[in-house]
Formats: sequence, structure tokens, C-alpha cells
Amino acid sequence: MIRLEKRPTPSRAWALSTPIIAVILTMIAGGLMFAALGKDPFEVIRVIFWDPLFSERFAAFSRPQLLVKAGPLILIAIGLSLGFRAGIWNIGAEGQYIIGALCGAAFGLSFYPSESPLIFPGMVIAGLLGGTLWAMIPALLKIKANTNEILVSLLLVYVAEAILASAATSWLRNPDGQGFPGSRNLSRHAGTENPIPLEGLDVLGGFFDLAHVGIFAAMAAVIAAYVLFQKHLLGYQIKLAGQAPRAAKFSGVSPALMVVLCLGVSGALAGVAGLFEVSGPAGQITIDFNVGYGFTAIIVAFLGRLHPVGILFAGLLMALTYIGGELAQLLLQVPGPAIQAFQGMLLFFLLALDVLSNYRVRFGRGGAA
Amino acid sequence: MIDPITLIVALVTISTPVLLAALGELVVEKSGVLNLGVEGMMIMGAVCGFIVANQTGSPTLAFIAGMAGGAAMAAIFAVLTQFLMSNQVATGLALTLFGLGLAALLGVGYEGQPIPDVAKPLPEALRTIPIIGPIALGHDLVTYIAIAAIFAVWYVLKHTRTGLIIRAVGENHDAAHALGYKVIRIRCMAILFGGAMAGLGGAFLSLIYVENWVQGMTAGAGWIALALVVFAAWKPGRVLFGAWLFGGIAALQLRLQTTEINVPVALLDASPYLVTIFVLVLMSSDRAKAALNAPAALGKTFHASG
Repeated sequence: MIRLEKRPTPSRAWALSTPIIAVILTMIAGGLMFAALGKDPFEVIRVIFWDPLFSERFAAFSRPQLLVKAGPLILIAIGLSLGFRAGIWNIGAEGQYIIGALCGAAFGLSFYPSESPLIFPGMVIAGLLGGTLWAMIPALLKIKANTNEILVSLLLVYVAEAILASAATSWLRNPDGQGFPGSRNLSRHAGTENPIPLEGLDVLGGFFDLAHVGIFAAMAAVIAAYVLFQKHLLGYQIKLAGQAPRAAKFSGVSPALMVVLCLGVSGALAGVAGLFEVSGPAGQITIDFNVGYGFTAIIVAFLGRLHPVGILFAGLLMALTYIGGELAQLLLQVPGPAIQAFQGMLLFFLLALDVLSNYRVRFGRGGAA
Repeated sequence: MIDPITLIVALVTISTPVLLAALGELVVEKSGVLNLGVEGMMIMGAVCGFIVANQTGSPTLAFIAGMAGGAAMAAIFAVLTQFLMSNQVATGLALTLFGLGLAALLGVGYEGQPIPDVAKPLPEALRTIPIIGPIALGHDLVTYIAIAAIFAVWYVLKHTRTGLIIRAVGENHDAAHALGYKVIRIRCMAILFGGAMAGLGGAFLSLIYVENWVQGMTAGAGWIALALVVFAAWKPGRVLFGAWLFGGIAALQLRLQTTEINVPVALLDASPYLVTIFVLVLMSSDRAKAALNAPAALGKTFHASG
């Protein structure tokens, strides 16, 4: 007979080690899944987790991609972690990402063909504002009308996708594009391009070769969030609002302010992540330039234990599965969606293992606890 | 011009999947569990149903497979939230993300594959009756099952001992536990029921409404089902009203897109989601009333101490 006994406080040792155990269990379960698909599980796991970083053939190409993929994930996940800690669930980051990208791109393209160095900073601000405004819809509806922010923020993703489709096919379409959908290319036009500061310097093992401004913004966000949670009263209030809402209220933390703050910050970061993507790696607004970073960032936030440093590592790991997944698709014909299922599995194992940090496992029929 | 009769027929068809999923989720939430994985369970139902229909040629087996697919996903959720006491919001999200990925993986190569026609339950002749024929007598068996399920869910929850126990567990799990009810077991049954209903809705989507498998084909239907439960204030009858409202808007906007009326396509595409948000706002704004109807233990983890 196995019994679970609630711990007075969550175990720190388990909280730190469960993400690693979850990754190992996911590799095993994922290996079984790949075996069921008729692939050699060891080879697939090696191609996903080892080859992008260390294989002689692919590392030169794959290494710079790591930060390119991890950047938006980390940026969005840092924003989400604020809300998740406060018990405010913004799961519509994908929508805020799209709207941020649209606002930033629209701002940049409205000055076309100017190449003024002021345009890109303006696009960044437009991206921040776009994401914030889109996130303010669930925030205000929650405060004023008591609606569930989970449902509203998620439903707004589909609204944002509809707006994106209309932008790509009509009001932001490239006038010189022979009628093809998609905006002008932002990344190939001085003024709207997302600069790559270390391009061609060949430093740091190649990892920073393609690191655009958004990657550095993501790192700044990690540091800012770390300071916020460790040193600042606001970070403490966010944690308090999540763990003891009543106590937070009595100590003068306004729940409405928390909602606006958490949704606003996560919206702003998601929006600016979208802008960096569309002006850099994606290059232009297309119907499907968004690839689901807003949803994967939810996994990143949990895998990182809602801790800034954890999110940094989780973002890198998740980026690795994207790059390794593409490699596995190319080399071993592993279907693309297998990686998505693999990422979902990781979140399951992580949540399942949480029981170990919150409860003590006891064997045998013990007496009254 | 838009023909009102075909519009109503389309409305009923479009609303069936969300109606089924919402009824399932209503029972789950009545038992005090918030499963945000409806979208993941629906898409698994859609893909499992489609694959079995394609492989066996039997619609009956296909619908059973759809329900099994949804229930299997729900089983993962049940184990995690009820036995391993994980956070229900996070686990539900994980279920959706995993379900979308797994369904896409299972469905590789099935897009555009042939599936058998699903026979209508009522004889052809009845459908020729003017107005009533097409509106009420020409639907698929699953649509009638969905309507019947509204009454069944309402009756069971309101007038049977089983329903009373489900509601008791959802209102106060500690009290229900003290009375000797198996809280975890009852909640697991409710979760599995919810999964099977969502799976059936998904199978309806791929086998009857779209008649194809398309990656990500649920397109938020699971989330709309979740919103309908809130909109309906946890009352089965009102779920039907909400589902028809959603189905009506969705059917209308599809028809408007083919007419010459000058409305932006983006607005039409977004309209079912916007309307869902709008009714959510209407229903939630009365704080006292909203709190009165929601099951008191909704989303709270139960752990029997001692």
C-alpha cells in the first residue's frame, strides 16, 4: 500500500531535480513512441539532443539556430511566469505575439522606403504596445466583468489569426509581390531589419552567430525577472497573490492591479517577441509566420519552474527539441508532429512528478499521520 | 440570398460537436474538476474516429473509437490530477498541447483518405416533408443522441441519487468524503465521461461535418465548449441554447462569405469567437450570480488526509 503524505513545505531538492527526471522519462517514453513509428529510438534521441550541438556535420549550421529558437520562447515564458505565479493564466500569448508582430511590422512598413535608424526602435515599441493592448482585453474583462481570463485570452488567439490572415492577404500585402500573400520583407530592408550584433565575428562557439536583438532582450528579461522576484517588493506581492490571495488583499495588494500588471507584462513580452521574429528569422508577415511559440512557451514556463534561470535552461532545451526535431525529420523521416507530441509528453511527466515535491511517499500502512 | 432552412440545418450540424463536448465538460465540472483539455480530447476523437472509419469502413466502430480516443486522453488527465494531484489548469493545458501533437502524428497520411458515408437514421421519405423534414428529421444519429444527452444529463444530475452524489462531490469534497463517498473514483468516472463525449464530438466533426481529417481541425471548438459551460451557468438546457447560438453565428458567417455583402472576411472568421467572448462577458458580469452557480470545489485538489 502506497500512501502520500503532504509535506509542510514543498521539497526544494525534489523541485530542482524533477525537471531533469522528467526530461529523462520523456526521452524513454519518446523513444518508445519513435520505436512504434519504426525508427531506431537511440538514433532519433541522439539526432534530436546531441547532433545539433556536437556533430561535425550539423553543428555549424544548428548551433546558431539554438538561440534563435530559444529567444522568443524565453521572452514569452518569462512574461507568462509572472502571471502563473500570481494565479493569473494568460494562455493567449500566441495571439499577443501575432498582434505585436502586426503592429510592429505595420509601423515599420508605413515608413517604407525610408531607412532611418529610428524606425526599428519604433517598431519595437509598437510591438510592445500591440501585445500589451491585446492582453488588456482579457485583463479589463476580468476586472470589469469577472470573465475568465483563460478562455478570453485563448479565444482571442483565433481572432488574432483572422486579423493576421487579412493583413497578409490585403492591408499589409507587398504591393510589389505580384499578388502573392505576405508583406514586404522586413529583414532584407535596412531600417526595418532586426540587427544581428555579433554576425560574422565567429565567437562563442558559433552560438551567437545569428543572435538578433531579440535574443539579447530575452536575456535582459531573464535578469530583470530574477531581480524582480529576488529583490523587489512587487515580485514578492506577485508570489503572495498566487499563494495566499486573501492575505495579499489584506496587505494592500490590489487584485485588479495584479491582473493588469501580469497580463500587461506577458502581453508586452509576447508582442515584442513576435516583432523580433517577424523582422528577423521569419522576415515578413505571412499567414502562418507564427509557429506556436506562444503555446510552447507555456511548457517552457512550467519546465523552468516559473523561475527566471529555470526558464532560461528550459527555453534552450525546448529550442533544442525544435532544431533536433527538424534534423530528425530530414535525416530519419520522423514526422514533424512527433516533436509536438514529445514536447507535450515532457509537460505531463513534469506535472506528474510534482507530486514528489509536494508529498512524501510512504509505503505500508502507517499509523495516523 | 440565404435560405433560412439550410441555415438552420447547418446550425444544428455545426453545433453538435460543441454541444456534446460541453455536456461532457458540464458533468466533469459539476463533480468539481476543471478539465481544460477538451480541445485535445476532441481532436483525438476526430483522428481516432477517422482512422478507424478509413480502416474498417464501419461508422459505428469509428464513433466508438472516437469516444475511446477522447476517454483515453481523459484517463491521463484523471491519473495526473486525481492520483498525482497535479494542478488542474496546467494539466488541462498539457492535455490540449499533447493531444494536438499526438493527433497530428497519428493522422499523418490520412488527409483526404476515403471514409464510408454515415447513414441517416430516419427514412428518406420523411425528409421530403416541407420545413419540418429537413430541419428536424434529416439529421444524423449522433445529433439526436446529443439532444437526448441534454435531457439525460439534466435528469441524472437533478433527479437521481448518482447526480446528487456527483454534485455533492463537486460542492464540498471533504464533506462528501466524510459521508463515505469515493471522491476520487466518482471524479474519475466523470472525467472519463467528459472525455468520451468530447471524443464523440470530435468524431462527428471529422466523420460527418467535414468528412475529412485536417490537422488542427477542431479550431478552438473545445475552448468554445468550455466557454459554453460557463455561459450556461452549469445548466444542461442552457448549453443547447449556447451551442445553437454559436452554431448559428458560425453557419451564418460561412454563408455571408459566399455572398456579395461587404463585410471584412477577418471579422466574419473571428465572429464565432467574438460572440463567445461577448456572451461570456454577459454571463459573468453578475458576480454574485456567477459564484452561486459554479460548483464550490471547482478546480480544487482533493487529498484525503489521515
